[in-house]
Amino acid sequence: MRSQTDVVVTGLGATTPLGGDVASTWAAALAGESGARPFVEDWAERYGIPVTFAATIKVPAADVLAIPEIKRMDPSAQYAIIAAREAWADAGAPSVDPDRLGAVVSSGIGGIQTTLDGWDTLREKGARRMLPMTVPMLMPNSPVAWVSLELGARAGAHALVSACASGSEAIGYAVDMIRAGRADVVVAGGTEACIHPMPISAFAASRTLSLRNDDPAGASRPYDVDRDGFVLGEGAGVVVLESASHAAARGARVYARIAGVGLSADGFHITSPEPHGEGQVRAMRFALADSGVAARDVVHLNAHATSTVVGDLIEARSVREVLGSDADHVALSATKSMTGHLLGGAGAVETIFTVLALAERTAPPTINVANPDPELVLDLVRDEPRALPDGQIAAINNSFGFGGHNVALVVASA
Amino acid sequence: MAHSEQEILAGLAEIVSEETGLPAESVLPEKSFTDDLDIDSLSMMTIVTLAEDRFSVTIPDGEVKNLVTVSDAVSFIAGAQS
Repeated sequence: MRSQTDVVVTGLGATTPLGGDVASTWAAALAGESGARPFVEDWAERYGIPVTFAATIKVPAADVLAIPEIKRMDPSAQYAIIAAREAWADAGAPSVDPDRLGAVVSSGIGGIQTTLDGWDTLREKGARRMLPMTVPMLMPNSPVAWVSLELGARAGAHALVSACASGSEAIGYAVDMIRAGRADVVVAGGTEACIHPMPISAFAASRTLSLRNDDPAGASRPYDVDRDGFVLGEGAGVVVLESASHAAARGARVYARIAGVGLSADGFHITSPEPHGEGQVRAMRFALADSGVAARDVVHLNAHATSTVVGDLIEARSVREVLGSDADHVALSATKSMTGHLLGGAGAVETIFTVLALAERTAPPTINVANPDPELVLDLVRDEPRALPDGQIAAINNSFGFGGHNVALVVASA
Repeated sequence: MAHSEQEILAGLAEIVSEETGLPAESVLPEKSFTDDLDIDSLSMMTIVTLAEDRFSVTIPDGEVKNLVTVSDAVSFIAGAQS
């Protein structure tokens, strides 16, 4: 029998390529919009970058934050702070003993824009012009440090790094903090801000980005036969997690429960997922076992599905292996078709989508799937949202990262 | 070309304002960086770095502790230009 503490979601916050907050992001996702846009800058021409577009955030951080905040935070921290403020307000700005309030906010890449700006400054102007805030801006724990400072979270501030699984792993770790009794409330999520010519060139060099330059909005097409790679995105998602008893005591609105956390590592290859999905299967099985949710109650799955030729199908087969015939009643959504790939922010934004899908009984669509891959063995929600059943239902959010990191979260209706 | 003290004050006020969020008009000559403007040591070093770049001067680290007020900084920068 499970005796562990139930962990519930009471606040949501985000800034994404689809919108500057959760409501606009969710509305755009349900409407099947794409956040991919051509570069405003002349990077492609100037540097010979083969990719000419990305999914930049819809509302620039400078429109939301004060100038001193922009100047002392790397964009990865700016996005995290925007999302954390929204999530905290959405949760009703709970009164919490600071020693019982934690923060876990991850980034896959870290403060790379600050790092690169610092290098430019050094080469162009010399060491005397290096800004003193450079180190606290570029360090990968900077986003969570700012969130911790802002909210006075003193139970611990952590930044788990696992590439594209970072945001989900952060949420999983936050669940563990509450279950272990180290915190009553944890603000958790992920952020990323690496739309800059250097990382774009580097991702392009690894041949993982879509080159569909003539159609940015159609470039992210998970499970379509003509998919050719992911679309780099940016942004952040943050959730407020609480022990169910803490939430109940203050009469908080509960969106959903994070019922189970499953983690595994492939131990196989630095970038390629293990081809049989063995690690992904273990992560999902661990998460289901941890949750106590039966496979028959899983009605929705937010796939990691980045729109790469190899990765999408490995995940689909893994889901089928874990759920068996119960996969027949799972509405599969690949929301990166709209948001692009937010790397360290992806798992957090997709957890928010999963939570809202259960709370509103609506699975978001997958766009751009003109010709579904014949090897797809699951029921893909295409173009239009789909209603989910009433009653106690659950969903899985998968996130996998370069390095072989696998995270599955089981989310259950409130 | 040397900046006048008035130009230095205006430029410094802009730098301080962007660093702290205080209105530029509040960055008056008699204000103390620490006591009145609540600027910590890291922010002070940022202001020094930006001021060096803007006015093409060098403000030695050992000199920074002597820059108590905005006026001290304006005078130092004006003198360092020549």
